Formats: sequence, structure tokens, C-alpha cells
Amino acid sequence: MNAAHAAAHGDDHHHDHKPGFFVRWFCSTNHKDIGTLYIVFSIIAGLIGGTFSMIMRMELEQPGVQFLLDDAGNPNGQLWNVFITAHGLIMVFFVVMPGLIGGFGNWFVPLMIGAPDMAFPRLNNISFWLIVPAFFLLLASAFVDVGAGTGWTIYPPLSDMGHPGMSVDMAIFALHLAGASSILGAANFIATIFNMRAPGMTLHKMPLFVWGMLVTAFLLVLAVPVLGGAITMLLTDRNFGTDFFRPEGGGDPILFQHLFWFFGHPEVYIMILPAFGIVSHIVSTFSRKPIFGYLGMAYAMVAIGFVGFVVWAHHMYSTGIDVNVRAYFTAATLIIAVPTGIKIFSWIATMWGGSIRFTTPMLWSIGFIFLFTVGGVTGVVLANGGMDLALHDTYYVVAHFHYVLSLGAVFALFAGFYYWIGKMSGRQYPEWMGQVHFWLTFVGVNIIFFPQHFLGLQGMPRRYIDYPDDYAGWNMVSSYGAYMTGIATLFFVIVVFYTLFFGRKVDGNYWNVEPQVMTLEWTLPSPPPFHQFDIQPVVK
Amino acid sequence: MGDYVEYDITSGKPHPYHLVNPSPWPFLSAFAGGLLALGLVFWFHSFEIAGINLDWAYTIPGLMAVLACMFFWWKSVLHETMVEKVHNHTTEHGMKLGMALFICSEFMFFVAFFWAFFDASTMVGQENTPTKLAFTGGQWPPVGVEVVEAFGLPFLMTMILLLSGCTVTWAHAAILEDKKDDTKTALWLTVALGVIFLGFQVFEYGHVHYGFADNIYSSTFFMATGFHGFHVFVGTIFLAVCAFRALKHHFTPKNHFGFEAAAWYWHFVDVVWLFLFVAIYFWGNTIGMNLK
Repeated sequence: MNAAHAAAHGDDHHHDHKPGFFVRWFCSTNHKDIGTLYIVFSIIAGLIGGTFSMIMRMELEQPGVQFLLDDAGNPNGQLWNVFITAHGLIMVFFVVMPGLIGGFGNWFVPLMIGAPDMAFPRLNNISFWLIVPAFFLLLASAFVDVGAGTGWTIYPPLSDMGHPGMSVDMAIFALHLAGASSILGAANFIATIFNMRAPGMTLHKMPLFVWGMLVTAFLLVLAVPVLGGAITMLLTDRNFGTDFFRPEGGGDPILFQHLFWFFGHPEVYIMILPAFGIVSHIVSTFSRKPIFGYLGMAYAMVAIGFVGFVVWAHHMYSTGIDVNVRAYFTAATLIIAVPTGIKIFSWIATMWGGSIRFTTPMLWSIGFIFLFTVGGVTGVVLANGGMDLALHDTYYVVAHFHYVLSLGAVFALFAGFYYWIGKMSGRQYPEWMGQVHFWLTFVGVNIIFFPQHFLGLQGMPRRYIDYPDDYAGWNMVSSYGAYMTGIATLFFVIVVFYTLFFGRKVDGNYWNVEPQVMTLEWTLPSPPPFHQFDIQPVVK
Repeated sequence: MGDYVEYDITSGKPHPYHLVNPSPWPFLSAFAGGLLALGLVFWFHSFEIAGINLDWAYTIPGLMAVLACMFFWWKSVLHETMVEKVHNHTTEHGMKLGMALFICSEFMFFVAFFWAFFDASTMVGQENTPTKLAFTGGQWPPVGVEVVEAFGLPFLMTMILLLSGCTVTWAHAAILEDKKDDTKTALWLTVALGVIFLGFQVFEYGHVHYGFADNIYSSTFFMATGFHGFHVFVGTIFLAVCAFRALKHHFTPKNHFGFEAAAWYWHFVDVVWLFLFVAIYFWGNTIGMNLK
């Protein structure tokens, strides 16, 4: 019944004793091992999703269709659509979410709150393993029948009458499985954070990454089931002849868009709030200063999460919704710039007057702050219902969301990786390699996405395999940026292997994190023992 | 981080949590789920393996695997709580949070289906949505749909579920006062009421004048009430498991979270039905919308 009994019961938990290979990696109930599985999965899925984008940029490098041809040699627009769909779904559900939430969340939430593990270790493992069959279903969907060429938003009627084969059903079930994984994982994080904090760690003394994960987890629990309901109705429309999204039976295709974006908008905050947390830690560590306005930073994330639920229809300005509705969603959306601004300015204020060390994780974090701000500013532009009618479904939107996700969330993934790889593996990456990777990526992604603002303002629409010659110049520039980023990503793979096999061994606090910015993971050796904090830490 | 937080990592107490031993069930459950999904796809698309179409039977392997994994997973949880006795006040608090969050996520599932219902029933079409308008005739229920009378069978079903809410509360009180016979009676009574509710729902489904695929009225009706019916089914099984556990005297006045979770779930299912009754059967069928 008591702790002593619990400790005596599991002799596996003592003296860093690890189970054998199969049990350790397939039957795991250890938050750090499951976190490692998530990170490995995220990197592999990232390389696959990145390959899709490389092929897309190769195709768009010049006008005309060079690569994505059907057997007769004609342009294959459906294949293009399959590529953009696979790219989007993989990056959202199988790279950013597993990396930030499953990977770093699993690793560092228990460490930062002084807990020995997650609240529900078995549930934690099924959260990981569910995304594996989900990923197989999604990848397989691209190869059966005509593939799922619906875009990641899977709007009917394109995803209904437009795709009669098996592929969209497989994609839907992939989302069902990935959604179940997210909901279970999120409930696990909330129970862990509410129930397992070290004595004395009140919510207002909790590290900001844990705050970010807490808000993210609430968004997941409340948003993902709505997507589940929507895609279930899509499934029955497709296979049982129901009429939810079919006007000829009294249904409404716009209903799907409402349901999708009621999930989809919180989803973008799900991807960025853990990133906010990671960046806060890195900025504060390498400025050697406590974060400026800690409580403001925490409640800014709460505010973003809350307001994030009531802005969804700004994705739907062009569907013909009422002008008053558009006015409301414009105003509500613009309000999100306030808590986001609080975060940006507080990071800058944290750096202000600090003794800054420009290490690789700090470079990624500063890159994040800069580029996320650019994406945020174009977001303010797009939030305006009137403006959006002109820019909807153009490359301006593509540039906007890649600035906040690829140059935001993914930068935070890399920042977290370089910040914590020493903690996770016990080995440190070579600093020059990290910096080369950063600068190659930073320059590369800006060359890809900055010109896409121009293309969008000139009217180039998204989701087409080809474009008029007028758009050739900036498309070529954008593609060259993609190749540069591709090289940077391959270099990252080398960095990973080099670090894991030849990296310098490091001690517990290898960044020399100062006492005033200390979080609990730096009190442990690198890598931490199989189970840490048998004796609970206490917050004084 | 923000305020200067100092940690003392040496002088604390041993942690009170339960560190779970490695388990094969999560891994197997995940792939059982994948198998079930694949079976459903094969069924929906009349997939042929070596020229044979197994139809709905494609779902059997996945379904069996999922059920087996659930059984063994929960069996190990019961073993931990009853034999190993590794659960304490702290871990129980974690499980309460977990169950509450699970119910929150279920609630949001129903939000999607209620959203579909209110979208269809309050926006029955106008000039700029002519196809929809032509179908509904500008009213809800749509023209030509014969609906169920709210204050017939559905009202009886409401009363049955409300009564089952009373009996499950009786069971809770009996557990708290350690009255073992009352506990068993009340639990089996609740299970029986759940079964009766499901029986009436099957009866209703057999007698309505529309099928799932007929129109937006029938689609929202069957999706919302059917998803609820599935939850009644799950809740009834959950309570039946509790009734069996009561036979084995698993519950004590201090330790009976398994029952509490079942009761929470049951009350949740009950409340959803009240919303369904008021929205779909009473408001939708009796008052409805008429733009003419």
C-alpha cells in the first residue's frame, strides 16, 4: 500500500537495472525510453515527410510538369495532391506532435516536476505504439487506389465522392488511431502534472515547459475528439450512405469545415505551446537570467489555449459565412496577438542585459523567436476577413504557416534536441556541427519560404502541380532553398549518429545552468538513471 | 525559472507512486487496433483475398485481438490492486484525474455529433443553399420524415436511465456503509436497467420509419443515439464487472475506485441521454423549425 511496498515490489526499478531488449523497447513502462522511441520515430517520419517536400519543390522548380507524371507521361495532378496530403499529415501528426509532446514531453515533464515516471506508464506506451500502425496506414493509403489527395483538411465532397477507393478510409483510420494516441497521452500528461509534482512545487513554481505541456494536453483532450467525431461522420458518409455532409440529403459540407477547424485551430497551438516552453528554458539558460515575467509567460499560454478555441472559422472566410460572423472571428483572432506578443517581448526582455552564450540551442531559439514573429505578423494580416478573401489559398498562406510551424515548431524541435541531447544520451554534439546545421537550415528555410510571400501576393494558388511562367523566378529560388535545407537535414542525421557514437561524454549540468534558472533535470546525471527521484526532491 | 526556485534533492521522502512493470499489452493493443482498422477498410471495400470476400468477417481478428488485450490489460490492473496492493491514496487520485479526463474527451466526441444535429436542425436551408432547402422543405424534421413521439418510448427510456442513476447511487451508499448484500442488489439492478434500456433502443431502431442512410434526419438521429447506445453498452459491461467484483468482496468503504469510475461513466451516459432526449426527441421532433 505504501511507497516502501511499491519500491520493494518492482525489483526492476533498483540500481539502474534495465530489462532485456524486447521488453525494454516494446513493453516499456519507462517515460524516458518511451520518449526516446517517440524522438526516433519523429526523426524517421520527418525524413519521410521531408522527402515528400523535396520532390514537391523539385517539381515546382520550373513551370511545366517534369517529375510527377502518370504512366502515359501526362501531368498527374492527383499524385501531386497525394504528395501534399501525405506531407501535411505526416509533418503534423507524425513529426511535430510525437517529437515535441511525445518525445520531449515524456522525457522532461517527469524530470522537471521531480517525478519518477508518468502517471500511467502503460498508457504512455500505447500512446506511442498506436502511432506506428497509424503511420503505416497513412503511408499505405498513398499507394492503394488513387491515394488520398484531399489535403490534410480532408474536406468533403472531395474526400467523399472525390475519392471512392480505399485510400481515404485508410487515412481516416490513421487519424483515428493517432487521435486515440493523442487523447490518451494528453490525459496522462495532465494526471502526471496535477498529481506528481514534487512537494512544494505549486503550479506557480512549475517550469514553463511543463506549463506549455499542461495547456497543450488540455487542448488535445478537448479538440481531438471533435476531429474524431467529424472523421467518423465522414467515414459513414463514404461507406454507409449517410448524409452529414451531403446537401442532397439535407446535410452540409461546411459543417465538416467547422468541425475540422474546431479541432484544427487548437491543433496549431498544440504544436506550438510545447515549443514556447522549450524556447523559454533555453533563452533563460543561455542568457543566465530567470525568464522575464514568468507568470505572464505561463498565463499567456493559458490565454492562447483558451482563445484558440473560439477563432476556428478564420480558416473559413471564403466559404460564404455571414459577414457578422467574419467580423467576430477577425476580432477574436487578432486578440491572440496580445498573449503571443507578451511571450515574444518577454523572451527579448529575458535576453536584455543578459550574459548571452550563443550556443546551438540558443541560436535555434533566437531563430525561433525571429521567424515565429514573422509568421505571427503575416498571421495578423491573414486574420482580417477582408484581406483573407484575396489571400486565401495562395502561397501567402503557405508561407505564413510554414513560418510558424517549419520555422517555429521545427526550430524548437531542433533547439530542444541540441539543448537536451547531452542529457538524454550522455554525449554532447560537437558545437561546430550544430552551428553549421543551424546556419544551413536558417538560410535554407528562409530562401524557401520568404519568396512564397511574394508568390502569394502575386496570386499564385496553393495545391497545384504547375503554375504560369510569371511565377517561375521566385519558385526557382524557393526550390534552391529547399535543396539547401535538404542538405542541412542530411547533415543533421550525421550529427545525430556522430553524437550518439563519438560525442564527448558530459556530466549532469553540462550547460552550467545557473542556480537562478535551475530546473530539476540538471540535478541528475547524464543520462539519468533508469528510474530517478526514488527520493522526492523538495521545492524550498 | 521565473521566481527563484530552489530545490532540495537529498532530504525528501520516498515517492508514493506506483511504478508499473513492463507489459506487453499496450504494444499488442496498438497493433490490434491497427488490425481492426484494416479489417474495417477491407470490409467497407469488399476486399478480396484470393478471390474471396469475407465481408464483415474481416473485422473479427482485429476485434478479438482488441478484446483480448483489453481483458488481459485490465486483469493485470486488478491483480495489482487486489493482490500486489500497490495502489494508494496518491495513485488513486491520479486514476480519478485520468477517468475524469477520459469522460471530458468523450463529452467532446458527443459535441461533434450534437453539432451536426444542431447544424442540420437549426439551419434547414435558405436561398443560397438551394439543394439543402429543397430537401428539407425549410423545416425540421425535414418534409416527409415520420418521427418518433418523444413522450412515448423515449420518455420511458429516460425514466429507466434516471432510475438506474438512483440505483447506482444506492450501490455507492451501500459500499460506503459496507452493506454487501445491498451493494450486489443495487449493482445488478443497475445492470438490468441498462440492459432494458438497450432492449428498448433495439426495439425502437427496429420500428422507426427511416434507416441510417436515408437523410440528414436519420443520419444525425442514428449517429447520436447509436453512439450513446454504445456507451450504455460499455457502461453496462463496466457495471457488470463491478457487480462480479462485488460478489468477490473487492470493494471496501475506503477502496472502491473501480466502482466509482463506473458510476461516473454511468452518470455521464445518463446526462448525455437527457440532452439527446431534450434536443432530438423533444425539441427536434415536437417543436422543431419551420421557416415558412
